[in-house]
Amino acid sequence: MPYDIDAVRDFDPRRFREESPFKIHGGCGLMGICDESGSLMGGEIAIRALAIQHDRGNGLGGGFAGYGIYPEFADHFCFHMMYADTAARQNAEEVLGRFFAVDLAEPMPTRAVKGIDDAPLLWRYFLRPDADKLHAGDESAEDFVVHAVMLINGTVDGAFVASSGKNMGAFKGVGYPEEIAHYYRLEEYSAHTWVGHNRFPTNTPGWWGGAHPFTLLDWSIVHNGEISSYGINSRYLEAFGYKCTLGTDTEVAAYLFDLMLRRHKLPLELACKALASPLWTEIDRMPEDEQALLRSLRAVYGPGMLNGPFAIVLGFNGGMVALNDRIKLRPLVAARTGSVLMVASEESAIRAVMPEPDRVWMPKAGEPTIARVSGMDWPIHGDLHLSPSALSCAVTGTEFSCAEETVEVS
Amino acid sequence: MKQVMDPTVPQVGYLKIEPPVAREGDTATIDAKNIYYRQLNEAVRRAYADGAKKVVLENVNGQRYIGNGITGKDLKIEVRGTAGNDMAMFMNGPTVEVFGNAQDGVSNTMNAGTVIVHGDAGDVLGYGMRGGRVFIKGDVGYRVGIHMKAYEGLVPAMVCGGKARDFFGEYMAGGMLVLLGMNSQFEGPLVGGYLGTGMHGGVIYVRGEVEPWQTGKEVGVFEASAEDMAELKPVLEEYCAAQGMDLAEVLSVPFTKLVPVSHRPYGKLYAYT
Repeated sequence: MPYDIDAVRDFDPRRFREESPFKIHGGCGLMGICDESGSLMGGEIAIRALAIQHDRGNGLGGGFAGYGIYPEFADHFCFHMMYADTAARQNAEEVLGRFFAVDLAEPMPTRAVKGIDDAPLLWRYFLRPDADKLHAGDESAEDFVVHAVMLINGTVDGAFVASSGKNMGAFKGVGYPEEIAHYYRLEEYSAHTWVGHNRFPTNTPGWWGGAHPFTLLDWSIVHNGEISSYGINSRYLEAFGYKCTLGTDTEVAAYLFDLMLRRHKLPLELACKALASPLWTEIDRMPEDEQALLRSLRAVYGPGMLNGPFAIVLGFNGGMVALNDRIKLRPLVAARTGSVLMVASEESAIRAVMPEPDRVWMPKAGEPTIARVSGMDWPIHGDLHLSPSALSCAVTGTEFSCAEETVEVS
Repeated sequence: MKQVMDPTVPQVGYLKIEPPVAREGDTATIDAKNIYYRQLNEAVRRAYADGAKKVVLENVNGQRYIGNGITGKDLKIEVRGTAGNDMAMFMNGPTVEVFGNAQDGVSNTMNAGTVIVHGDAGDVLGYGMRGGRVFIKGDVGYRVGIHMKAYEGLVPAMVCGGKARDFFGEYMAGGMLVLLGMNSQFEGPLVGGYLGTGMHGGVIYVRGEVEPWQTGKEVGVFEASAEDMAELKPVLEEYCAAQGMDLAEVLSVPFTKLVPVSHRPYGKLYAYT
């Protein structure tokens, strides 16, 4: 087909859904913002940051996650659900009823938006794990929730869990992010941490459940890039009870963070080094004890390493972290104004929110950029600054024998 | 957060409307605030068609493709704000001066002209650049100057005043690439790894020293000779004039010169002989 610029000008990629006859310029866009003082910011901040990166997506996916948005239900697990039809809702609610006490169930508040006409049924639930079942299973409330999520996503036809954390929620779908935000009435929510995404699907179809962020418990991931190690990552995760059912590579990153941070209690910075491992030649130049640590980390978490180009932002209750692949194959810019840390694919997104930041910089590849809300429990058992022995315990997975050495969060 | 937030940015992104243009003599001033790149760049071309020699773009924030493909030696563009991706791509002659930072992909396959950035520039700066000058005040990202090339009289030169990350001058085929390491926010070494990997033409000058781990195995590393400095000095003079820097200070540290050891480093990569 000859390249006809006038045809491209009126071209709406959404008409073609899974395959486009044109090359459209793009590459996903992402943002994350965290006020480390814990002050809440309205959703319009996240909308502005992504609206200005409109051309990085193609209307096949947009989404957000906010933290601190449900203060009146802060201790409940909030499930944002997507249903293909009423039957799917009934089947999923039956599963939820088996696992949880349902304190509130309601349709997600939405508004009609031009261009968004294929939305699934969207519901949210505020849940408490059933105490009897929890004790019988002898597992943590979080493990209990993970099982419920995997069960619904894996076995209930037409039902998907969009998010399952406390005092947080994901708002995502097929459309440009500013349209999706308008649809979900995002400006009515306030959060201390927002992550957002503008999707340009490359390898997998654009569908509501496949939009970013991908979440599990408190973790939410937005991602620009391709995880070419998806196969080995998902097989590795299956051994720990995670089932990858959403058809998008980014899903593995959310589960890997849950595995390493929550279950293996790895410090955040070390988990980032497992995902974006330093090259062997870089390890060779490190001091000896650091070499030993990173060699064991690569050995233990080899199947968890993310191969391929990526920029990701991980949001959680307590802050966020932004991370690039180790040779920076996707863009990422960071800025700080006072207590607010912001990251985005383009500097313009930062300046659309804060025109004159105190500082703007380009994070180094493979080095996490971290924001931590003061006064909030760090959700990770352990600290960023563990002793070497605690670190090696974490890496070798012997946390029980060295439990007394683990540094508790103050 | 309220006090630092800009509430005037529309929640729908850029607006696809004509920007306001003010004309004074041969200068056209365009307010780019919240204007979509297509309408903005059309306004720039229209200003030149109407006889303007200089275009000032106010309130730029991330608009792409500024100055792309424009031919004309005596034309000027002044960008106030953050220049978007792929600025000065295929540009052929004009001078673009950015008062702010530039995003990724500046001067991609640029043919002729000058790009001056009074700030930092992002990744993939000067990709396949084949003529003209690029003068960056501060830091630059990854893959800067990859596959720069030269042909007869067309010899590009790029000077980066800050530090650079990995793959600086990778697969370089011609021209001159200079790194000063002076105006930097980066911690650590003045350049990352894979410096000049696959290089097979042109020359890289680094103010200071590089260690063996930083360079690709296709380059030879030498102390810059008096002859080399005679070649480098006129470019640095131009750079210092553009960036308001002191040439004596720039020259106060010895330069390292990197040149390829082979014109065809991978000539036998797929030859099973």
